[in-house]
Amino acid sequence: MFDKPRAVASRACVAVGRCQLASLHALAVSAVGSLVVLALLLMPVGVGFRLLPPAARALRVLSDRSRSRADRWTGVRIGPPEPLPADRALNARKRSGAIIADEGFWRDLAWAWLEPVTGGLLVAVPLALVEYGVFGALVQPFVWRLINDGNWYAFVPVHSTATMCAALLLGLAFMAAGLLAAPATLRLHARVSRPLLSASRSVQLARRVERLAGTRARALDTQAAELRRIERNLHDGAQARLVALGMTLDRATRLMETDPAAARELLLDVRRTSEGALQDLRNLVHGIHPPVLADRGLGDAVRSLALDSFLDVHVETRLPGRLPAPVESAAYFAVSEALTNAAKHSGAREVGIVLTHENGLLRATVTDDGHGGADPSRGTGLAGVRQRLDTFDGTLDLHSPQGGPTTVTMEIPCALSSPKTCSS
Amino acid sequence: MRVVLAEDLFLLRDGLIRTLQEHGCEVVAVDNGPSLLRALLEEGDAAPDAAVVDVRLPPTFTDEGLQAALEARRRRPGLPVLILSQYVDQLYANELLAGGEGGVGYLLKDRVTHTGQFIDAVRRVAAGGTVMDPQVIARLLSRSDARGTIGGLTQRERDVLELMAEGRSNAAIAAGLHISESAVAKHTASIFTKLRIHPSADDNRRVLAVLAYLKR
Repeated sequence: MFDKPRAVASRACVAVGRCQLASLHALAVSAVGSLVVLALLLMPVGVGFRLLPPAARALRVLSDRSRSRADRWTGVRIGPPEPLPADRALNARKRSGAIIADEGFWRDLAWAWLEPVTGGLLVAVPLALVEYGVFGALVQPFVWRLINDGNWYAFVPVHSTATMCAALLLGLAFMAAGLLAAPATLRLHARVSRPLLSASRSVQLARRVERLAGTRARALDTQAAELRRIERNLHDGAQARLVALGMTLDRATRLMETDPAAARELLLDVRRTSEGALQDLRNLVHGIHPPVLADRGLGDAVRSLALDSFLDVHVETRLPGRLPAPVESAAYFAVSEALTNAAKHSGAREVGIVLTHENGLLRATVTDDGHGGADPSRGTGLAGVRQRLDTFDGTLDLHSPQGGPTTVTMEIPCALSSPKTCSS
Repeated sequence: MRVVLAEDLFLLRDGLIRTLQEHGCEVVAVDNGPSLLRALLEEGDAAPDAAVVDVRLPPTFTDEGLQAALEARRRRPGLPVLILSQYVDQLYANELLAGGEGGVGYLLKDRVTHTGQFIDAVRRVAAGGTVMDPQVIARLLSRSDARGTIGGLTQRERDVLELMAEGRSNAAIAAGLHISESAVAKHTASIFTKLRIHPSADDNRRVLAVLAYLKR
């Protein structure tokens, strides 16, 4: 929003270039779409069966390219349809049959017919503005002397220095308008194409069901493992210490009469054991759900993390209320892991943590001033965090170029559970 | 000495009442946040000399006790409060210390098993001192170690620093480390020079200065 003008200008120029690419692409789509229709029409004479599979595949290559461009250029994500059926063992007739039965193929074809008309025209608008603007600004100042009356530039009849200047300014205005319109046009183009480019609703739902089944199974696994860990921890820790404590007390009771000094020693031992048991329980509780998180919510819990870190950690929170407890917990452990990684591996001195909740999305970013080059595939910490966030449809992005800085961004869609009641 | 005790678990409350009474305290026991705040703000004869407060209290079972104590101290600065908790958190310690008035303590609940030390802590807080749990200090020290801010101290000076930060007097430090009081004085002078902390004759100021240094 407050970018430098140069950055805005270069982005606009890139966007115009992309409009040019997209409009050429629309021509290719139109040609391949016609080829597919030709193949369909030639099916009764047999040639169509041979022609259809390669033509359909070529069309899919084009639609795939459009989808990836929509994501790369404008951030509009479009879920692709299922891959075209391509069983090499079948003969041409059966393969064509499978393609015709495929829903994605018909959506591709519908898109191929509409794209040149809607998308192609849309991206041509900024192009036409810029190109006509260039004509006005560069050609009109020189050409009006060479040609006679009837030389119009838009609504300006160019026949004198004054009108030439008007045409020049108008041309510059057209160029500016085209440049300004280009990024927005690309976004609009991606959005207009989305309904036909994306997978059908049933395919999307099937995928979602598959994903949910996967994350649910993993969540249950994680939960079961967590319960086992707690059980083992209690069994080997506090429980064992309490048994030892009982035995020591028993011996102390028996020694009370005969050897009070030894009994006293044993009782001191009992106290140490009970302190150890308490410490075990404390560590366990903190690992399950830190008390400050339960008391105060995510913001203060992260502030508490920051106070314990030996790095200089600056925490900025813009959370208008409490979040659902499971989300708070997942976000807390995610931030904790990111902070631990920064302390262990990055060589950073300062870390900035920002927590925001906007439009139903909790976003946590952890940025350190270390040397970067973090490899997300190495180590299990971030993978575990990613898996945990997955259960909430959350995402984790690691951006860590060589030389730093490293930024970990976590996003979890969630609603606020209650307005903020305490001001601290 | 009149002590307000806020603890909702019956077993613990009972034990604490008995311990405090054995040491000559008059105990007003409450078991939830709102009545704690009322008891802390009593005027005249019913005004408390000190309070022993569990962080987690009904009705919300969050940090109700701490909030009531902080609120009472906002209205009556310096009101002596000793907070007990199953878990010590640096954030809560900072909130208690923020006013800089003294008369605050923050201890793990486990410490009440050492009756003598617990009563000593109550008395020190009632007298306007600052008492911090060894675990709070241990975490501050390990953080300072990692940041390299107390690298120049000898092991003995570190031990003295630790006890000083917990809020102990020179006499108590000397007894704890089995050294003479003059040796403690020598160590503290050396610590203040090395860490460039302005020395203060007032015990409480000294604790706050040391804590402020460790929190940097």
